[in-house]
Amino acid sequence: MFGYRGKILRVNLTTGEIKKEILDMELAKKYIGGRGLATKLYYDEVGANVEPFDENNKLLIVTGPLTGTAAPTGGRYMVVTKSPLTGTIACSNSGGFFGAELKSAGYDVIIIEGKAKSPVYISIEDDSVEIKDASHLWGRVVSETTDELKKVSKEKAKVLCIGPAGEKLSKIAAVINDYDRAAGRSGVGAVMGSKNLKAIVVKGTGKVDIHDEDNLKQVVQDCIKKIRDNGVTGQGLPTYGTAVLVNIINENGVFPTNNFKEAYFEKADNISGETMTDKYLVRKNPCYRCPIACGRWVKIEPLNMEAGGPEYETLWAFGADCGVDDIQAIFVANHLCNEYGLDTISAGATIAAAMELYEKGLIKDDEIEGTPLKFGNKDAIIEWTKKMGLREGLGDKLAEGSYRLCKMYGAPELSMSVKKQELPAYDPRAIQGHGLEYATSNRGGCHVRGYMISPEILSLPEKLDRHSLENKAEWVKIFQDLTAVIDSLGLCLFTSFALGAEDYAKLLNAACGFDYDKDSILEAGDRIYTLERMFNLEAGIDPSEDTLPKRLLEEPIPEGPSKGHVNRLSELLPKYYEVRGWDEKGVPTKEKLQKLGL
Amino acid sequence: MMHVRVKLFATLRIGREKDKVYEIKDGAKAIDVIDMLNINKDDVKILLINGQDADFYEELKDGDVVSIFPPVGGG
Repeated sequence: MFGYRGKILRVNLTTGEIKKEILDMELAKKYIGGRGLATKLYYDEVGANVEPFDENNKLLIVTGPLTGTAAPTGGRYMVVTKSPLTGTIACSNSGGFFGAELKSAGYDVIIIEGKAKSPVYISIEDDSVEIKDASHLWGRVVSETTDELKKVSKEKAKVLCIGPAGEKLSKIAAVINDYDRAAGRSGVGAVMGSKNLKAIVVKGTGKVDIHDEDNLKQVVQDCIKKIRDNGVTGQGLPTYGTAVLVNIINENGVFPTNNFKEAYFEKADNISGETMTDKYLVRKNPCYRCPIACGRWVKIEPLNMEAGGPEYETLWAFGADCGVDDIQAIFVANHLCNEYGLDTISAGATIAAAMELYEKGLIKDDEIEGTPLKFGNKDAIIEWTKKMGLREGLGDKLAEGSYRLCKMYGAPELSMSVKKQELPAYDPRAIQGHGLEYATSNRGGCHVRGYMISPEILSLPEKLDRHSLENKAEWVKIFQDLTAVIDSLGLCLFTSFALGAEDYAKLLNAACGFDYDKDSILEAGDRIYTLERMFNLEAGIDPSEDTLPKRLLEEPIPEGPSKGHVNRLSELLPKYYEVRGWDEKGVPTKEKLQKLGL
Repeated sequence: MMHVRVKLFATLRIGREKDKVYEIKDGAKAIDVIDMLNINKDDVKILLINGQDADFYEELKDGDVVSIFPPVGGG
């Protein structure tokens, strides 16, 4: 067994049964691992029509074949289930150290079934797996939970857990590991909470066997050199973190401001990577085996502490999207999201939506017991994150996410979301290809699954005109397929600034003894992507939801460098379906499914 | 003579003003501003004039905003 450990750990919280099963290697090879394998397993075992909070839903924690190996950034794992936010397949990715530890303990996948009668946690020490009482931890924030569990476990055990938001079934609740790394999107934390599962603690002493150690060593060396020589992974990200994007995106005039009403934020520099690094950075905070080290550890002055700092998306969501230019306030809001277990993108964007509802008089003064939900109010982003995390007062409604919140007030069009998941930090009105990614991502409003910002703004791997429609459908497909591969390998997406499909195939082959090449590995990505699409169609997600909020299709950007633009999705979408080999309704054809072996 | 606003980002700020209006000769190109500020061409990855992608040899107009980034960025 090379790369994989060959074992599935199945834990039934209703019956208390714990089973170890052999991983089907044919399946593993075909779907690679991580996102691909988990989606296949989930689809086969649960189907597309279970209710997310139902006892019959399952929660999968899954690593990739390269997780826990010498491959650079080989520490990633995914949380896969049905999303309570979107109703699509939920597939949330996280870094840190938990994934590598799980591989070391001997497991590729954990399948969690059923529901415990009272709060529990799962303790894994190599072969020894137990379900233990967690009633003393229920209600406690992530750092306290993690500290407690580390105290009673083996030294250097890694902890994955939910905070109060997941316990209270917030549809934007995250799973947090290693204090401040998040499997953030799609409400996966709430599914964990619905099972009364507070945490998983893991300690492993084993190691991953490699098919060809010498070959892997050489390929890894080549990859690390490419990563170091690349401007993004070798300079920008290590120096400034993902926050380096704030000024880049703003100068292009595509930095969504005040709930996407505008796209240029005058005070962007105050919440930028440059400001963070100059004034508040304590040190880098790298994940397992990562030469990029984009993570930040910062000084949070209002709390008189040092902790994990915000990513670009977080600086945007709590910053420009809410009209706030106080970086320390954003540090606090970010920290609260880590503690309560909330997705920072959805949390900030939901507050922004609430701010617009309030501005338009739909949320009234007498409903707000607390700081007014006004654009630009730095206290609001802190207070409302807390109220959301604890589901207090109006925060209870915000905890449902922006779509359901706006619908409650009769204005769903004010939710800047796709398939009910909040859009991230780039205005697609002036980045045409990226708009197509938003509209077609299998998990709703998501930037990362087809990161067209790379070519359209950062000129990587080459420069594309962001206003042009030419070849955008083809590019989006390639990015989406390649990302599916990376998410299935257990590596970090940021390696793709420096590495290509050939590199990933070489890493996988060296570790596992497979014979993938550039084309067959991208085909595996297409297979995984298409499988997700089939799942979503069966789950009742209609292709008419491959769209964008009305504002972004019809209201031109009012000011700034990208003034006057709208997104022209209707001109791109048919081409995208064609390029994907789907029919004009957006459904994969029989021929396409056959070709992919689905 | 004309005036252009030059905004520098990330490592290009080291030893330079991050946001300043300069007086330059009429018909000057983006590359002239880059040279004037002692920036190495290889250190320029994103060059925007009024928020739009530009190349080094584009002529500037009075009142233009030039934004210059080194190779960085992604998230």
